[in-house]
Amino acid sequence: MPGLGTSFGRGGATTALQDLQNADAILIMGSSMAENHPVGFRWVIKARERGATIIHVDPRFSRTSAMADMWVPLRAGSDIVFLGAMVNHAVANGLEFRDYVVPYTNAATIISEDFRDTEDLAGLFSGWDAEQQAYSPETWAYETGDGAGATPSGGNPDQHIAHPPQRGGHGKDRGGEASKVAPAHRDPTLEHPRCVFQILKRHYARYTPEMVEEVCGVPREAFLRVADAFCRASGPDRTAAICYAVGWTQHSVGVQIIRTAAILQLLLGNVGRPGGGIMALRGHASIQGSTDIPTLYDILPGYIPMPAFGDDGRSLERYLRTHRSDTGWWANFDKYTISLLKAWYGDAATPENEFGFGWLPRISGDHSHFGYWLDMADATGTLEGLFVMGQNPAVGAPNARLERRALGNLQWLVVRDMVETETASFWLDSPEIERGELRTDQIGTEVFLFPAAGHAEKDGCFTNTQRLLQWHEKAVDPPGDARSETWFMYHLGRRLKDQAARDPKRRDAGLAALTWNYRTEGTTQEPIVDDILQEINGRTVADGKLVEGYRSLAADGSTSCGCWIYSGVYPEAGRNRARERRAEGAYGQGWGFAWPADRRILYNRASARPDGQPWSSRKKLVWWDESAREWTGLDTPDFTTDKAPDYAPADGASGDAALRGDAPFIMHPDGVGWIWVSSGLKDGPLPAHYEPLESPVANRVYAQQVNPAADLKERPDNPYAASPDDRYPHVLTTYRLTEHHTAGGMSRTLSHLAELQPELFCEISLELAGAIGVTNLEWVTITSPRGAIEARALVTPRMQPLTVQGRTIHQVGLPYHFGGRGLVRGDVVNDLVAISEEPNVRIMEAKALVCRVDKSGSGAPDRGSRTRGSRFPAVRPTV
Amino acid sequence: MTTAFLTDSTVCIGCKACEVACKEWNEIPSDGFTLTGFSYDNTAGLGHSTWRHVKFIERANRVSSPQPADAGYRSNAFRWDFSSDVCKHCANAGCLEACPTGAIVRTEFGGVFIQPDVCNGCGYCIVACPFGVVDRRPSDGRAFKCTFCYDRQKVGLQPACATACPTESILFGELEDLHARGVERVRQLSERGINDAILYDARDSSVGGAHAMFIFRGRPEEYNLPPAPEVPTVHLRAGWRSAAVAAGLMLFGTALAFYAGPPAPDHEAPRDRVPAREPAARRPWR
Repeated sequence: MPGLGTSFGRGGATTALQDLQNADAILIMGSSMAENHPVGFRWVIKARERGATIIHVDPRFSRTSAMADMWVPLRAGSDIVFLGAMVNHAVANGLEFRDYVVPYTNAATIISEDFRDTEDLAGLFSGWDAEQQAYSPETWAYETGDGAGATPSGGNPDQHIAHPPQRGGHGKDRGGEASKVAPAHRDPTLEHPRCVFQILKRHYARYTPEMVEEVCGVPREAFLRVADAFCRASGPDRTAAICYAVGWTQHSVGVQIIRTAAILQLLLGNVGRPGGGIMALRGHASIQGSTDIPTLYDILPGYIPMPAFGDDGRSLERYLRTHRSDTGWWANFDKYTISLLKAWYGDAATPENEFGFGWLPRISGDHSHFGYWLDMADATGTLEGLFVMGQNPAVGAPNARLERRALGNLQWLVVRDMVETETASFWLDSPEIERGELRTDQIGTEVFLFPAAGHAEKDGCFTNTQRLLQWHEKAVDPPGDARSETWFMYHLGRRLKDQAARDPKRRDAGLAALTWNYRTEGTTQEPIVDDILQEINGRTVADGKLVEGYRSLAADGSTSCGCWIYSGVYPEAGRNRARERRAEGAYGQGWGFAWPADRRILYNRASARPDGQPWSSRKKLVWWDESAREWTGLDTPDFTTDKAPDYAPADGASGDAALRGDAPFIMHPDGVGWIWVSSGLKDGPLPAHYEPLESPVANRVYAQQVNPAADLKERPDNPYAASPDDRYPHVLTTYRLTEHHTAGGMSRTLSHLAELQPELFCEISLELAGAIGVTNLEWVTITSPRGAIEARALVTPRMQPLTVQGRTIHQVGLPYHFGGRGLVRGDVVNDLVAISEEPNVRIMEAKALVCRVDKSGSGAPDRGSRTRGSRFPAVRPTV
Repeated sequence: MTTAFLTDSTVCIGCKACEVACKEWNEIPSDGFTLTGFSYDNTAGLGHSTWRHVKFIERANRVSSPQPADAGYRSNAFRWDFSSDVCKHCANAGCLEACPTGAIVRTEFGGVFIQPDVCNGCGYCIVACPFGVVDRRPSDGRAFKCTFCYDRQKVGLQPACATACPTESILFGELEDLHARGVERVRQLSERGINDAILYDARDSSVGGAHAMFIFRGRPEEYNLPPAPEVPTVHLRAGWRSAAVAAGLMLFGTALAFYAGPPAPDHEAPRDRVPAREPAARRPWR
């Protein structure tokens, strides 16, 4: 979540789903919310019923468009042009909420005179290192010091060293030099030519309605209707919200698309206020949780960066110095890190051994998912075995064909799932076996399939889209040998620790020191998950008492805490707040626990004017109560409760005390929202439009065609089309349907769901169907440089050809749920998608690529399979 | 209490949670796995194994091509409407009146319920339903349709579909309350410029009102609903009248034969002592 993290301070949705009902306009873009978040969409419907304007900007007319007031089809992958033009519309017409922008954002901050914009450098920002294929962000820094010029590395020289190119973007930079911004480096009139506002104005000047028409294929009148409706719904007594999902993230510029939305919301004063903000819709249950307590290689729980080898990882002291910010909330970095180490290593973590810091793994290269997978494909031997849990990469991963073939190079593969997925059976019935590319008797991989318990068969906790922790209780025992993930991980860890104890090796010292003493219950020895949540909440080491929240954590090893942002979820013995179900108040407080500290709307200090009073009575949320001398309101204040609005820090103050009483973005060293991101992003301080890695058109905005920092991973088994490429004239976008769950393991196997969408289809417009001579339900072959698949054509006016740069561009939609197993089947759409890496989060570009579509059989490429669709006679299961 | 459904299509997002919840609760088997090619509707209609069914209506036929930013909820040019259909639980239920075994009963909640242990699969109810809801399951022989979640209502629960609906498109409650809400909702929509919404309650028909009412935009025919549903038993009065007239006429004819005087002597058949009434009865045709 670096898009939101760098802009606002925390990598999570700024708002709550319930709060969408308070919006005056909702822009849904990069998401088909009604289809993929139908339960949360009730709040959008409520907003519409209360008079809000619902706008859906999406290549397809989906169920979301049907419920929206306006649907604007745009070319997949042109989002930054559309949003950038909205930014331009706002600043060029003076529609920005200036009373909010000046005190609450870095619009007034003056930037180093060494900075050169894309305007001057043909689409690149200054600092591009062509040899390293990476940016060096020194010239993006704020002007600090005597004002005569920028100090290249800001306040803390270590903070830039800590960002070697291989490091991922989840553990974001703390923005060292922002601590040093003095009033002299801000221009509240926003007139200084090097202030962020003026740079922004110049940067987006070329993002005009005409450019939108040219690049996005959106008629300028349609664009202006959207821009006007959205901007008009913003101001002191009106707010507008933006909802997005993986339709924004799965791009080679995904983080920068989200950044553009963040800039727009900051300019219009929509962050931290009721009915405003940015709702990051997460793909499925607990995806927010999987970055908070990460399944990622570059961060530790609570957005603490993973130390890098030979760099900040050299010593704890150096690590803390690198990441601890002088001002703002991250001044507490050492408390959270040491409490985490105490939670993991217990009594073995002592000041003498740096609390076990040396036992943490170090980043030494690109350890992202795709890097490893390509190693697997090359049979380099780096990867001997693989655990696959809650995933079905044989269907759900990009270039699934490459990924399935790579599985055959493993020595062993463990799959834990509720059904035998395509990943578990790749050696038996994958398309590669059918095509003769792999032979079962030549695959040496030993495959272990473990039956997994479903969510109703185990206790546990979800962290959903709005940072809300919700406990769920076991309803029934899992059948047979099926066990929970907790059971599997706990007992695996226990056995590994036993083995390490029997045969001590230096490298296993961390494993030996790890606290792993959860209680178990029942004949299956199921670990008690409640214990784990208590460990996450944190304790005082001396007496084992649960801490009330992260304010109680200390840096001297006297406290332990498994994830500081979750601290407070279990504030006292017997009180699991994730389990509470007494919703009261405007934002459902009392139902579950929203991190941090049960704040439902983040940065809500911004819902009040600098003087502490609400911007308007209609949009009041949190305000300063002068008589009680504290912040109060409808939500838990995201602010130090007794810090008065007129508080001014003393010279030399540090941490939160160094932030003024009108600085709502408390995680940032300067306490303001970042329109400009001086460090922490790998592809620029401001978003710029680059075409998708494969595009039917040349970049009309800059000479630079694609995101320079993106990693294409181009190789013979992961090839790309040229841009443009006559062989692949159409734009392809992938998506999901309400009726199925991601790669289908949990829905294609259930008749009640499978019958609702029983086969893969390819949505095409009437015009394209006419051009290639197919009618509804006829078979078509869809080809990309990576492969060819077949699907039935679903010919519909919901798909619309667009006119882009004077050419007609057809867009093709494919849902990606299908594979070769289950009650309903279809070809694997992800065989068409390339493995590529967005520079910050290393995600693939699955939402905008190119393809061709032919009527099957009539000279279409042969995809090499004999069977198609639901290749086996449909079974009629009885319940 | 007399309960009812009010299904408001103007807030339906077509998620089909009602279909799935219905099948889960009632343990209904699959319909088969056929891609119909008709929008996103692959269960095709109400039937023996689909008791809630979401219709997907793409209205692009009015114009050749929708205008960007002029499509969606407020548009008349291009819309995609979703509507969850269900048994109407008619006040005058054709199926119930046609059932010869007494398997179909009216519950204390006003719903129409087929008792599966009594149904003998005769199929009279199927032709008697004005909405084409009741259907016989070939593998079983008996007739099935929405039970109005009689078992759930018995223990104070809402029907499964209404419980699962995320947007409150399916409302469940007291019949007259919901009817009033439906009337009010149509008025509100009209105020907001949506003039084509109607409340479909079948009250002005021989069905005498439905316990499952619908709000949707457009004409009933567009949703595959009869604009003027008719319960077959309304024809009973006319049918019995015709039968009575016919019987009366026949009786009159018979009586006439008795009193129309002696037959003409038939010397050819002296042994036959029975009065030769037949020729006399044929007299009117002569």
